[in-house]
Amino acid sequence: MELHELTIHQARERLKRREITAVALTEALLARIAEIDPRVRAFITVAADSALAEARTADQTLADGSPGPLTGIPLAVKDLICTRGLRTTCASRVLENFVPPYDAEVIRRLKAAGAILLGKLNMDEFAMGSSNENSGFFPTHNPWDLSRIPGGSSGGSAAAVAAGMCLGALGSDTGGSIRQPAAHCGVVGLKPTYGRVSRYGLVAFASSLDQIGPLAKDVSDAALLLNAIAGHDPQDSTAVPEAVPDYTTFLQKGLRGVTVGIPREYQAAAGLDPEVAAAVEKAVAVLRDLGAECVEVSLPHAAYAVAAYYVIAPSEASSNLARYDGVKYGFRDTSKTDLMEMYRSTRSRGFGREVQRRIIIGTYCLSAGYYDAYYGKASQVRTLIRKDFEAAFESCDVLISPVAPTPAFKIGEKVDDPLTMYLSDMFTLSANLAGIPGMSIPCGFSEAGLPIGLQLLGPHFNEGRLFRVAYNFEQATDHHRRRPPL
Amino acid sequence: MKITKEEILHVAALARLELEEAAIETFAGQIGDILAYVDTLNGVDTSGVAPTSHAISLTNAFRADVLTPHLENAAALANAPAKEDGSFLVPKVIT
Repeated sequence: MELHELTIHQARERLKRREITAVALTEALLARIAEIDPRVRAFITVAADSALAEARTADQTLADGSPGPLTGIPLAVKDLICTRGLRTTCASRVLENFVPPYDAEVIRRLKAAGAILLGKLNMDEFAMGSSNENSGFFPTHNPWDLSRIPGGSSGGSAAAVAAGMCLGALGSDTGGSIRQPAAHCGVVGLKPTYGRVSRYGLVAFASSLDQIGPLAKDVSDAALLLNAIAGHDPQDSTAVPEAVPDYTTFLQKGLRGVTVGIPREYQAAAGLDPEVAAAVEKAVAVLRDLGAECVEVSLPHAAYAVAAYYVIAPSEASSNLARYDGVKYGFRDTSKTDLMEMYRSTRSRGFGREVQRRIIIGTYCLSAGYYDAYYGKASQVRTLIRKDFEAAFESCDVLISPVAPTPAFKIGEKVDDPLTMYLSDMFTLSANLAGIPGMSIPCGFSEAGLPIGLQLLGPHFNEGRLFRVAYNFEQATDHHRRRPPL
Repeated sequence: MKITKEEILHVAALARLELEEAAIETFAGQIGDILAYVDTLNGVDTSGVAPTSHAISLTNAFRADVLTPHLENAAALANAPAKEDGSFLVPKVIT
C-alpha cells in the first residue's frame, strides 16, 4: 500500500511504531497533490513549506514518545476556515488576498492534536452551491469521473480525501455541504449537531445552520477527527457546553436493539434516481441482517424543507455578507471616490452570480412588508420540521435516507437552473433546520461507477449512534475500500 | 412574474449591489421561480406555531468579566485596503 492510500488510523499506528515518518508521509501526499491535483483541482492553496516544517516537529514529538491523537497526520481544510498567516479565500474574489490574523478554533484544536495542514480546499463561493461550479476561481472535478461535479459546497474537501491527496479534511455544512459531496465522492462525511463544534473563525454563511465537520476515508477516521474538533468554546456563544464522549468507543460490533427509521416521505420523493433508491434499499437489508430493527416513520413536513431553507439561509446570508464593504479587509474598488459608489462597485465586482442571487433573495425576504410572509413563515415551518424529527425519534434511534437524489451530475448540467440545483438538497437540508447530526457513508455504486451515499440522522448530540450504525454497516460492506481510477 | 425588474433593482440597491441590464432580467426570472416555489409554504397551517430562529437555543452564554488578549492594532489593520494613522481609511463620508 502506498502512503497516500493510508487511513488516519493506519497512519497513526505506523507513525507510533516508527515504521514511517511524518516527513515521508507529508512528502508522499505533496507528491500526490502535484501529480493528481492538476486534473482534480481540489486545492486553492498548498502550504508545502509549513506542512513540511510541521512534519519535522511531529517527528520530533513522536521520537520523544509524547504524540497527540493526530500527531503527524496530514490534513487539509475547506478554504473558509481561518488559518493564521495562510490565505483564506472562501473561493471568492472578495477574499482573494485575505490572510487571517488568527486561527479558527478547529485549527487551534487540530494543531494541538498534532495534525499537519497541507493546504486549503476549493468550494462554492461562500459555501453557496451544490457542485463547486460557483467557486470564484475554478471548478473541482469528481475523482471518479472528471467530467462530473464533486458535489458542494465542500467539493474540494471530498475530492481531496477521495483522491488520496490528504488523509482527512474539514468541511462545513449549512444545508448538506459536507454530506452531499461526501456521497458524490464516495467518502464519509459528518455534519455534527449544531453547537457541537465551535464556529469561531469559520467564515459565516447562515449562522443558525452552519456547522464544521470531518470528511474521511472511513468511519473510524471520522470519529478520530470529531474527537479532535468537538467541544465547548467560549469564543462561540452558540457552542454548547455539553460533555464530549470519545467517539471511537461507539465503533463496536453489533446492532442488536437498534431501531432504524425509514421516512416514508423520502421513499416517495420526486426525482429520486432508481439506482440510488435501490442502493438505499439494499443498505436497509444489510442493517436488518446485522440485527437492527427497521421501521417506517413519517416526517409530515419534509416536503417543505427546501422552501423554508431557501428563505432562511439567504436571509441570514444577506445579513452576514453585509460586512464585505471594502473597508476593513478584502477587495475594494479603489477607483471610486464616493463612499456609496465604493460599496456598490466593490460588492458587485467582488461577489459571483450565485452569491448575488442569494443576497437579493435574502434582502427581499427581510425587507419591509415581506418579513412576516417569508422569514416569519419559514421560521414557523422550521419549528414543525424540528418537531417532526422529535416525534420520529420517539420510535427509532436513527433515521436513514438517501443523501442526494442522483449520483454526481455533469459539470454544467444544472448551472443555469438554480431552483433545480436547490431541489437536489432535499434530503439534507432538514438536518440543518432541525440542528440534528447527519452522516453520509458510501453504500454502493451506480452502473456508471459513481458512488452513492447513505444518510444517517440522529437526535441532538447523538453522533455516537450514527458512528455505531455506520461502523457496523462499513464492516459488513466494502464500498469504502474502492478508490477512484485516477 | 412573481418579482418585477423594478423590485429587483430596489432590493439590489438595499443590498448595495449594482446589476447589469442582462443580470436584472435573468435574476427577475430565476428569483421569481424560486419565490413562487417558496410560496408552497403557504400550504402549511402555522397558526399558533412559535418560530425557530436557532435549533438549539442557549440563553445567556456568560463568561467571566476579565480582560483577555485581543488583536493588536497592526494585525487588525493588516488586511485593510487602505489605512492611515492606525485607522481604516475610507472615501470622504461627510462633504
